[in-house]
Amino acid sequence: MNAPMPAAALQAKDFKSDYKPVWCPGCGDYSVLSAITKALAMLELKPENVAVVSGIGCSSRIPAYTSCYGFHGVHGRALPAATGLKVARPELTVLVASGDGDGYSIGGNHFLHACRRNVDLTYIVMDNHVYGMTKGQPSPTTEPDWRSKLAPGGTGVREFHPLVIALASGANFVARAFSGDPNGCAALIAEAVRHPGFSFLEVLSPCVTFRPDQRGWKELVHPAPVAPTDDPARAARRIMTDDGFNIGVLYKGNRRVYAPPAAKGGTVADLEKAFQL
Amino acid sequence: MWLKVWPRRSSKVAAMRNSVSVALAGSGGAGVMTAGNMLLEAAAAAGYYGLMTRSSGPQIRGGEAAAMVRVAAFPTDAQEDRFHALAAIDWQNVGRFAAEIPLGPQSVLIGDPAHGAPPEVFLKSGARYIPIALKKIAAEIQGAWPNMVALGVLAGLMGLPAEAVEAAARKSMKKGLEPGIAAARLGFAQAANLGGFALQKPETSKPRWLISGNEAAGYGALRGGVRFVAAYPITPATELLEWLAPALTEVGGALVQAEDELASINMALGASFGGLPALTATSGPGLSLMIESLGLGVVAEVPVVVVDVMRTGPSTGIATKTEQGDLNIALYGMHGDAPHIVVAPNSVSDCIAATQWAVGLAESLQVPAIVLSDQYFGQARAIVDVPHRTDFDLERRRASPGESPYQRYALTESGVSPMAIPGTAGCTYTADGLEHNERGTPSSQAGDHLAQMDKRARKVSQLDPGDAWASVEGEGETAVVTFGSCTGPVREALLDKKVRLVSLRLLSPAQPDKLKKALEGVKRVIVVEQNHSGQFLRYLRSEYDLPGEVKSLRRPGPLPFRPEEIEAAL
Amino acid sequence: MKTKPKPSTQYADFMSRAYTMELEATERYTQFAEQLETHNNREVASLFRKLAEIEKLHAKRILEEMQWPSVPALAPAYAWEGAEGPETAPFDSLHYLMQPWHALEIALHCEREAQKYYAGIAASRAPKPVRDAAREMAAEEAEHVRLIKAWMTRVPKPEAGWDEDPDPPGVR
Repeated sequence: MNAPMPAAALQAKDFKSDYKPVWCPGCGDYSVLSAITKALAMLELKPENVAVVSGIGCSSRIPAYTSCYGFHGVHGRALPAATGLKVARPELTVLVASGDGDGYSIGGNHFLHACRRNVDLTYIVMDNHVYGMTKGQPSPTTEPDWRSKLAPGGTGVREFHPLVIALASGANFVARAFSGDPNGCAALIAEAVRHPGFSFLEVLSPCVTFRPDQRGWKELVHPAPVAPTDDPARAARRIMTDDGFNIGVLYKGNRRVYAPPAAKGGTVADLEKAFQL
Repeated sequence: MWLKVWPRRSSKVAAMRNSVSVALAGSGGAGVMTAGNMLLEAAAAAGYYGLMTRSSGPQIRGGEAAAMVRVAAFPTDAQEDRFHALAAIDWQNVGRFAAEIPLGPQSVLIGDPAHGAPPEVFLKSGARYIPIALKKIAAEIQGAWPNMVALGVLAGLMGLPAEAVEAAARKSMKKGLEPGIAAARLGFAQAANLGGFALQKPETSKPRWLISGNEAAGYGALRGGVRFVAAYPITPATELLEWLAPALTEVGGALVQAEDELASINMALGASFGGLPALTATSGPGLSLMIESLGLGVVAEVPVVVVDVMRTGPSTGIATKTEQGDLNIALYGMHGDAPHIVVAPNSVSDCIAATQWAVGLAESLQVPAIVLSDQYFGQARAIVDVPHRTDFDLERRRASPGESPYQRYALTESGVSPMAIPGTAGCTYTADGLEHNERGTPSSQAGDHLAQMDKRARKVSQLDPGDAWASVEGEGETAVVTFGSCTGPVREALLDKKVRLVSLRLLSPAQPDKLKKALEGVKRVIVVEQNHSGQFLRYLRSEYDLPGEVKSLRRPGPLPFRPEEIEAAL
Repeated sequence: MKTKPKPSTQYADFMSRAYTMELEATERYTQFAEQLETHNNREVASLFRKLAEIEKLHAKRILEEMQWPSVPALAPAYAWEGAEGPETAPFDSLHYLMQPWHALEIALHCEREAQKYYAGIAASRAPKPVRDAAREMAAEEAEHVRLIKAWMTRVPKPEAGWDEDPDPPGVR
């Protein structure tokens, strides 16, 4: 009980930078940030060996709030940037942070292909069913009847189901977390990072400013009633009865992780033979 | 010295020619491209220089095709004013190539009488029709094809040694070698009866390569240190990417196929952020998609190279043909003021050095660089002198592990601030497209914006490219100013003339002092470019003071300039 | 098949959970203070700092009593029964325009939850040392409840429209 702690063990606070987030007080993203830092400490990683790649949106501000390397790219393109980074530097731990607008709308195409490609990344999408940074427009996960300035009568368009898409496109790990349980969220993040291949974690992260109705989420979330499966068909059946508030891991697969062909050990000069007469 | 000034050669040669251009055409399945390639290989084996371009109908298979081969005793990648011979296996739809294969009264039309007379569009040039029963001759040999007979005819016409043709056949043919060679010999024999266009012997047999512009650019990229490539296929850049895929595996890099150009540019940026020189290649439509992310590269100061193999535009345009229409978007496409590098190779061979240089500039200045190649260079196969091995000594300045807080975007005098590579302790930072202060923290302060804009501007504008900025050749009071693939025909037009050539290789940052010096004493400037609106002329006018009278010689693609057009403008 | 833990271990376990509860409460109040400082609500930010200090003292006392070094060996992601520790204020409790009274209301809720938690253990079938300790803790939390209520009488009660902001949300 009185055993001394390991000398250089990093704690969650070592993964936080000293920048104060600009998120509204009460935003779920604070908890996600806290959860990420806890997870990185749990995984015994070092900040210089972790990169957080993001797009544009409130949640995408997160890289600078960590003490890791960060890449704050353009809207919707976090996944390709992270892919290039991870393929170039496979020894780094690469987290990708996005929101429901950045990730599922403009980033939708890259989402499909990132799941397919199965590069070893961890994709954390902070979903608040709204475009927060631009002041409250519907996002792909917004309910069809939610009224806004851009869609005064509601969009009338069926919501995007990210877990279904992730599973169908071949993600190797599919889970949902809730920012209201930062420790649970931290555990899921750590599990996602540990799991090889493309790990997708959707985090329900309420927006206090534009979706005050989401305060009710803490009553709606519940642990998923079943354990994760590695059988995509079983996972597919389960996801079709998902109420959007099941928390936990849905699918943990064994798909082959993306790797470029191994180097053949030649030199640039060797390539000249092809041009020589 | 990075560049070799092309020696001025006299165009007047007694008796023999120093250059012959022939074309081979026919419909699908005739093996026109294969034979054209072999002719080029034969020329190479015989010690010549040369160039092959090709054209085809829109069909995926079975369409009409034409191979245009120029063989010369000196290095060139221009096309002559006229083709000396057009040999057709058959005439189906071959008329569509008429504008690309200009003939004259000195030219010969070789065709198989079994397929009827040549189309009027060729006959009206005054070319002489020589019927040769290619199919019948081929039928004499079991397993022989008419295209090999035609190959032999053309080779004989040019005076290529028979051994060279044989060597080419041995190199290229996987099956039917003996019948092929026999057929070629028969064709060769036919040519003996015709008045030829015999080539003079090449002056020296220097070591040469056979390479396409796309391969050259890929190879140049690797020489420059690129080890990550993101690829999205687009005509006419696809071969560049396909060449790089196994080449990267060979040397220890990676190529990832992206789902679209938005992904490919961002993959390259991500890999570069991770420390690996990175590149992608595309054409006009793809470059349009990449523009936003190139701006990210500029503001976040992440090096990246995009090779734009320009095609006829705008919009979908003519995918298989050339034009120099992407100058505007390459220079001015990004929103905001986003200084960056634009480089234009001016020969097939120069695609190597120009791309290598672009990689070095991107890395050392931590900025995106666009290489303006085009379909003409990209898909032409040329016999070139083995290029000089140049090492530009342009490397990325990296931050050492160390004292915090690390100022990623420190306001240095050169504008280049050391870049921390992930994995390095003590200097983590977040690269950002948001405007930022020296530390990299997003900032909306006027002072920070101005300071960073100045930094990014001087970083690029203070580049001293040395002599690599342009090819400056010749002397005279008239100067022709051009860039890219127009350079070849301009050079040929200026042979034996007292006219200067200035072919810009570095388009951004502009080099007004250097151009002023190059045009000292010039009273008349002719600006040559292959686009409709005169993008290069406007660029020159906006960045440079042009002396005296300025004339614009411009035409959109797809047809390349021919030396006589430029001569007429002088 | 788990062996029944020794009573002393169970007591240490209980105290370590109590410590964690205080620690997490401290962290949460500190996070709240930081968020409100960035959003120019200095008055309530400093109140949350005060609350954080108070919880910190509670935590320190537990360490002193147990004679532990600064941090006991407890798994970082210990799972509470609810989403978070009973004394941890829910993450969405804040409003950028909130007033001191609101902060104290949150603290009151937290202390009440803590009291309930300990009372629950005190009334359970836990070993006697644990139940005794829990009863003591519950009494302490009850005292905290009284203190906060008293504090609340000394701050103005927010009027209707306290959360009205004539300006629209900042354009980004």
